[in-house]
Amino acid sequence: MALLTLTNTGHPLADAAAQRATLAALPMARPFEEAVASAGHAPLHTTHLGVLQINVGKRCNQACRHCHVDAGPDRREVMPSEVVDACLGFLEASDIPTLDITGGAPELHPLFRDIVGRARAMGRHVMDRCNLTITRLPSYAGLPDFLAGHGVEVVASLPSHSARQTDAQRGEGVFADSIAALRRFNEVGYGVEGSGLLLHLVTNPVGAYLPGAQAALEADWTRELRRRHGVTFNRLYTITNMPISRFLQFLIDSGNLQDYMDRLAGAFNPATVDGLMCRSMLSVGWDGRLYDCDFNQMMELGLAGEVPSTIFEATPASMASRRIVIGPHCFGCTAGAGSSCGGATV
Amino acid sequence: MDTYYHAKDLHRFAEIGREAPELWQKFLDWYTAVFEEGALTAREKALVALGVAHAVQCPYCIDAFSTACLEKGSTPEQMTEAVHVAAAIRGGASLVHGVQMRSHVDKLSM
Repeated sequence: MALLTLTNTGHPLADAAAQRATLAALPMARPFEEAVASAGHAPLHTTHLGVLQINVGKRCNQACRHCHVDAGPDRREVMPSEVVDACLGFLEASDIPTLDITGGAPELHPLFRDIVGRARAMGRHVMDRCNLTITRLPSYAGLPDFLAGHGVEVVASLPSHSARQTDAQRGEGVFADSIAALRRFNEVGYGVEGSGLLLHLVTNPVGAYLPGAQAALEADWTRELRRRHGVTFNRLYTITNMPISRFLQFLIDSGNLQDYMDRLAGAFNPATVDGLMCRSMLSVGWDGRLYDCDFNQMMELGLAGEVPSTIFEATPASMASRRIVIGPHCFGCTAGAGSSCGGATV
Repeated sequence: MDTYYHAKDLHRFAEIGREAPELWQKFLDWYTAVFEEGALTAREKALVALGVAHAVQCPYCIDAFSTACLEKGSTPEQMTEAVHVAAAIRGGASLVHGVQMRSHVDKLSM
């Protein structure tokens, strides 16, 4: 893929502080803090720990234009084994029901299968945030069988059921590879009614606009993917693009930044606040640092207050109740029907 | 450069209600009801609106319903086909008036 990451091209926005400063300098109708306060949340707080999300690294076989991680083939950050052990130790000491594995392409982590096996042995539900095309690489062709064997829930990225739109965002040929991957997942039972193997698709807009209504889109996608490609899946999740990293770069370069932020802030929906993923999640970076969500992780906004800052010192009790760190980017999760790792929140 | 149309004016649309608030409210209520899910989906209605926007050549409507179509999950290919439908009807409507031209020519001609 021709597109290099911001980090490896020396782009100023590779620096999280530069991203934060860019957003902070924008005139907004009101700060996010005031918006959530109007919804009865001052300050925004966690409710419980329902998901431990670990970002095992920034390496990816793709370099998508909207990626908030700035992931790509040229990134070298990989979660060391001692951080993996600390994450799994934390999980075992807790009653958190779900381990959510993300990246980069999380399957590129050398211990990916070990992480899945150990979490499943603890009886925890495991989610793999899969870019689909990873399974087309010869060394990873056995992934669908492995994931099926461990009953892992697959949450797969596919922005559009149109090849042109998908390729525009994720790279030339990605749509065709993704459809081939979905067929393989279907062959092993994923997304097939009655199999118990969950295959969810994640769509995010291919540009500076909000996602559509999740239920309506799911009906369209179900029909189109079956009719055109003979592919089935379980649920469609809509996710709003966050003004972070490469999507922030796109917004600036295309002259859409202010209008997009105004759109997000103007579409603030107080009903989304109850379902915000940061309220029930703990996010762990590749180096073991802790965050309220993967977006705060990429903005390098660590946890607030007198709580442990890394997974090495953290205990489930110390993490359960936290004040959530917020910023202008948070309007992305409260716009319209809301947005989370599990799609719309209302 | 000054122009007759300004994109930001779309956000001032409600100002048209200042001198006739009751009529504006009736329009808003009707407009909102029209675009609700019905026998047609909201996505299909946005595509119809995009076609009409091109037929009446309203730049505000084209911007608004291009965004609406994308946000409701239409692809650029589907949107382009909707514009072609509008253009074909406009073109056909012009062309069919050629019959009137022919009738008038026939009446005047030997």
